[in-house]
Amino acid sequence: MVETTNPTRADMPLKKVARDARRAMLGEFWHYFAENRGAVLGLALFVLLVVVAIFAPLIAPHGPAMQDRSALLVPPAWEAGGSSTYLLGTDAVGRDLLSRLIYGARFSLFIGVVVVGISLVGGILLGLVAGYFRGWIDIVIMRVMDVILSFPSLLLALVLVAVLGPGLVNAMISVALVLIPHFVRLTRAAVMAEAGKDYVVSARVAGAGPVRLMLKTILPNCLAPLIVQATLSFSEAILDAAALGFLGMGAQPPTPEWGTMLAEAREFILRAWWVVTFPGLAILITVLAVNLIGDGLRDALDPKLKRS
Amino acid sequence: MTAILEATDLARHYEVGRGAFRKPATVKALANASFSVEAGTTLAVVGESGCGKSTLARLLTMIEEPSAGRLIIDGEDVTAGRSDPAALRRKVQIVFQNPYGSLNPRQKIGTILEEPLEINTNIPAAERRQRALDMLTRVGLRPEHYGRYPHMFSGGQRQRIAIARALMMEPKILVLDEPVSALDVSIQAQILNLLSDLQEDLGLTYIFISHNLSVVRFVADKVMVMYLGRAVEIAPVEAIFEMPQHPYTRALLSATPVPEPARAQTRIKLKGELPSPFNPPSGCPFHPRCPHVRPEICVPVRPELVQAGPTLVACHGIEQGWIPGAATVNGATPELGAERLA
Repeated sequence: MVETTNPTRADMPLKKVARDARRAMLGEFWHYFAENRGAVLGLALFVLLVVVAIFAPLIAPHGPAMQDRSALLVPPAWEAGGSSTYLLGTDAVGRDLLSRLIYGARFSLFIGVVVVGISLVGGILLGLVAGYFRGWIDIVIMRVMDVILSFPSLLLALVLVAVLGPGLVNAMISVALVLIPHFVRLTRAAVMAEAGKDYVVSARVAGAGPVRLMLKTILPNCLAPLIVQATLSFSEAILDAAALGFLGMGAQPPTPEWGTMLAEAREFILRAWWVVTFPGLAILITVLAVNLIGDGLRDALDPKLKRS
Repeated sequence: MTAILEATDLARHYEVGRGAFRKPATVKALANASFSVEAGTTLAVVGESGCGKSTLARLLTMIEEPSAGRLIIDGEDVTAGRSDPAALRRKVQIVFQNPYGSLNPRQKIGTILEEPLEINTNIPAAERRQRALDMLTRVGLRPEHYGRYPHMFSGGQRQRIAIARALMMEPKILVLDEPVSALDVSIQAQILNLLSDLQEDLGLTYIFISHNLSVVRFVADKVMVMYLGRAVEIAPVEAIFEMPQHPYTRALLSATPVPEPARAQTRIKLKGELPSPFNPPSGCPFHPRCPHVRPEICVPVRPELVQAGPTLVACHGIEQGWIPGAATVNGATPELGAERLA
């Protein structure tokens, strides 16, 4: 935790100490994170992806929805019949695949962040309440989660989208709802394991109220599995949203969302391999990068794995 | 000397569900404990596992509410229900047995020490930090330990940190729940010395829970022996060790190793197991295992604590005189077995 010095009492050395402490903490974190080569690679890929997503209009050679009627299903540049105008080829209506992938990074990252954000926050809150208070509130929360889990996730997401109406935002909300039970269960189990420990009791004796106990004392000790689950869910969110798009319930064409692109291309699998391969690869690389980061984060955030 | 802590008939019962089709059982983890502690002294609570020692600790630190009885801390009845919890927090703090579980692994030592101040007071951060640093020095650690995590410390150092945290609020009473039983013997001595130094400097009152009688002899002023949730004997420390009264206390003492190989030791071996607290024996809780039992009185009637010399003891045999009273531990043991009545 970082010191916040009271301005009336603050003297320079203490302020400096606090700032140094913060810098030391970040340095320490980076030191442990950087020990994991895979994690650094994942982070590099992810940063690259974020940069590409942000500067998509500058990087992409063509517009994502621009059609070239004279160049339908053109193969990638290095294949026979390919052209350097369309580096990764074009799809069935003559849109540049590379440009669509670059713009698609925006949607995929957006979906991942929003879905994981919603389900992580919701899942942690519900799980903390269930695991800390136990009793009837635990029973109610966990039975509702069991009901959600008992449906095939895609089916439930479909039903929810059908109720809310098709579209990217509604697809994200429903995927988030479907993913919540995993977070609730993980949080609850971890909270129950931690809540009986002596350090929680001594925080209570020190006067900590339930909110402080849950959020400041217990939660930081439950984060490692949640981080891993969050990264896995990031990829699951992208995949589920893509599946919804495939079924016509998610992102609507001509949105260059990777999953939707994959779906649109399925009739050309045998004739034009590039139309399905590149969106698939994009998803694969993104998911891999995020998972690698998750592993590195878990190791770096767990003080028990640190060598002193 | 005035009593800083006074417990009257303090009790704690737990309801334990035993499946959907059976009545929940009641466990009397602590039954009718009455005792008082003078300011600046140490009360040791001894007894075997499951006798209610830790339940007592939880009641004294107000982690749990007593089911019955009264608890007066520093002149204030905390069981009355209208006391200010924050004010009481300043008076009673606890140190746990296992120093590996009692410190939050995600918090740095500084954060751990400052937490009680942060919650209960509005002392500015700079001063909190200063107080934490002072406390670290006081318990024999160095200021540079402030920014480290608990896993970087040994068991003894962690226990020092736990003691430092308990002292941050400047409490008057410290409940020590087996504070040294998880430590090496050499470290135990260091921690015990630290505790007695702190007691002298700060005028602390200790409730020292332990099953190690050698340690108790070293630290305690007064000893309470517990059996199945009840106090069976309360006496000054010399009285307990020189002339134990209750048959259970005698058995407990005879089980303590004495560092004198030449001295003949007679073990009093208790028969049987500690009875289940679900179904405690009637009358005297010790009667199924007592070598002096007289079934006509011990089985139906529960003995009350009565004064016998400097000692308070709950035993019909002592009260009515059929157990030889003032006896030294090892000297008295031979006739104990012979005394047994069918």
